[in-house]
Amino acid sequence: MSILVFAEHDNTELKPETAKVVHAASQMGDDIHILVAGENCAAVADSAATISGVSKVLVADNGVYKHQLAENIADLVVEMAEGYSHIVAAATTTGKNFMPRVAALLDVAQISDIIGVESDDTFVRPIYAGNAIATVQSADAVKVITVRAASFDAAASEGSAEVASVDVVKDADKSEFVSESLTESERPELTAAEVVISGGRGMQNGENFALLEGIADKLGAAIGASRAAVDAGFVPNDMQVGQTGKIVAPQLYIAVGISGAIQHLAGMKDSKIIVAINKDEEAPIFQVADYGLVGDLFDVLPELEKSL
Amino acid sequence: MKILVPVKRAIDYNVKVRVKSDNSGVDLTNAKMAINPFCEIAVEEAVRLKEQGIAEEVVVVSIGDKACQEQIRTALALGADRGIQVDTDQALDSLQVAKLLAKVVEEESPELVILGKQSIDSDNNQTGQMLAALTGRPQGTFASKVVVEDGKVQVTREIDGGLQTVALALPAIVTTDLRLNEPRYASLPNIMKAKRKPLDVKPAADFGVELTSHVKTLKVTPPPQRKGGIKVADVAELVDKLKNEAKVIS
Ligand SMILES: Cc1cc2nc3c(=O)[nH]c(=O)nc-3n(C[C@H](O)[C@H](O)[C@H](O)COP(=O)(O)OP(=O)(O)OC[C@H]3O[C@@H](n4cnc5c(N)ncnc54)[C@H](O)[C@@H]3O)c2cc1C
Ligand SMILES: Nc1ncnc2c1ncn2[C@@H]1O[C@H](COP(=O)(O)O)[C@@H](O)[C@H]1O
Repeated sequence: MSILVFAEHDNTELKPETAKVVHAASQMGDDIHILVAGENCAAVADSAATISGVSKVLVADNGVYKHQLAENIADLVVEMAEGYSHIVAAATTTGKNFMPRVAALLDVAQISDIIGVESDDTFVRPIYAGNAIATVQSADAVKVITVRAASFDAAASEGSAEVASVDVVKDADKSEFVSESLTESERPELTAAEVVISGGRGMQNGENFALLEGIADKLGAAIGASRAAVDAGFVPNDMQVGQTGKIVAPQLYIAVGISGAIQHLAGMKDSKIIVAINKDEEAPIFQVADYGLVGDLFDVLPELEKSL
Repeated sequence: MKILVPVKRAIDYNVKVRVKSDNSGVDLTNAKMAINPFCEIAVEEAVRLKEQGIAEEVVVVSIGDKACQEQIRTALALGADRGIQVDTDQALDSLQVAKLLAKVVEEESPELVILGKQSIDSDNNQTGQMLAALTGRPQGTFASKVVVEDGKVQVTREIDGGLQTVALALPAIVTTDLRLNEPRYASLPNIMKAKRKPLDVKPAADFGVELTSHVKTLKVTPPPQRKGGIKVADVAELVDKLKNEAKVIS
């Protein structure tokens, strides 16, 4: 039996999550195929073909897949599902959107957001915002799984898989793409960055995030935020780190003006080194910080930028 | 139109759960329970659509044992019109929940179903999408804005790269993200009024849905604990530690 991995991409570029998902998949079995569904996505397929451990890249290149509409993508994956023991995607907003549809259409459970693979049917996943870790075993014929990419290293890129096109066009025709507003940034993506610096409600407003930018520039860091900072409109939603935002596990995570609610910790407590800058020495964030600095961020940040 | 809102009874989001010492699960004895926060947002959105004259009726449904009637009453106090408890004491996966909800959808024929995007206990994020698949309806997940007009619903979705708007033909399924709205507090008179609103109880077994899960929890363990770190005195010490001790910057 083979494993089908769904490629995460934006039609031009393959996202780093995919190689991590392949690594997770390689612990479930060994014949791994990647499905690239999109429009004019040949370049994506070519880079998917270089991921080590992948034997075949299947490309469904059609306008109906351009915006990754869940209805169309799920129907495509279900049509291709035969012969696969596992169907695996990253637990991104794309994977979370269409994969449960796939599972329901195949009449199997989905195992969400796994952080470990024990065997081909046993997986490890956080529950209760990461306050408990469950090991679950699936008796379903096909395992439909989303993977927390931050928990796996990327597979190497020394492969040269065969690329084949798939002639399946699925258009449910009940939903349509209207518009998109994507955050433009020169910075590394939050989920892939080696260093992340995040601001919370303590930043007071959006302009003050400039204080983080100087530091991010020097460290090559991505910038994140707490929910409170996003809700208050300081920064866009895609910067939210946490249980219901993005999960990050960089080498270095710097939390600035963030109290450390469980929901925020759920998104960053697997970082290698955590730094907390907060004026309240009782803030719970200090309980997970390797290095805590009690102080006013408006004094600390400019000084930190200068000393880097 | 009629809106159906599935609500789940879950642990209060402020409670930090503890894993049972025999690793069989988490200890919920005496834990404060509440409506799952995303479901509360779903109820609020439905009630607002009713207040705007777009919806005529808001029906809430919860699947669980008798205790979940408390969450149904809360939703009724927030402005929903009537409740349905699908009675079962079995622990269900999202797939079984979605199958039961599909039956309720069949009976009630709501034009819009608004669910939370995720339960904060299982952290599954599956039920809405599964329900959409089982009922053949389009879905707008992780909604931060919902606009109903001309027989369609426009849903602005929070996605990893920013925001995406899709238009769905009705009937449709929507799941809520945190920024869709800020739920109101139930007023005392409304809490009193909610006690008199209709609440139907239907045994889950009557729906003819296979309720056994195919996924077995082998064990539940506490997460690895981070060992306590240190406080540094100033920026200079911080930078020194990051460079020379942690070696994460150069
Ligand atoms: C269902 C649900 C899901 C959630 N999901 C998420 C999630 O994914 N991510 C998330 O982050 N939150 C999430 N939350 C919200 C979470 O519970 C907290 O409300 C939020 O994380 C708080 O953000 P904060 O730490 O920025 O704000 P606060 O808790 O208000 O903390 C601000 C901190 O800044 C410090 N501060 C203020 N001024 C200064 C200064 N001048 N210098 C230094 N320090 C200063 C204060 O001491 C304080 O500790 C969720 C909540 C719910 C209910
Ligand atoms: N037992 C339940 N009863 C009613 N609704 C539920 C139940 N379980 C899940 N849901 C709905 O499905 C949403 C997502 O749940 P989940 O897929 O478990 O993360 C919740 O926010 C609810 O709206």
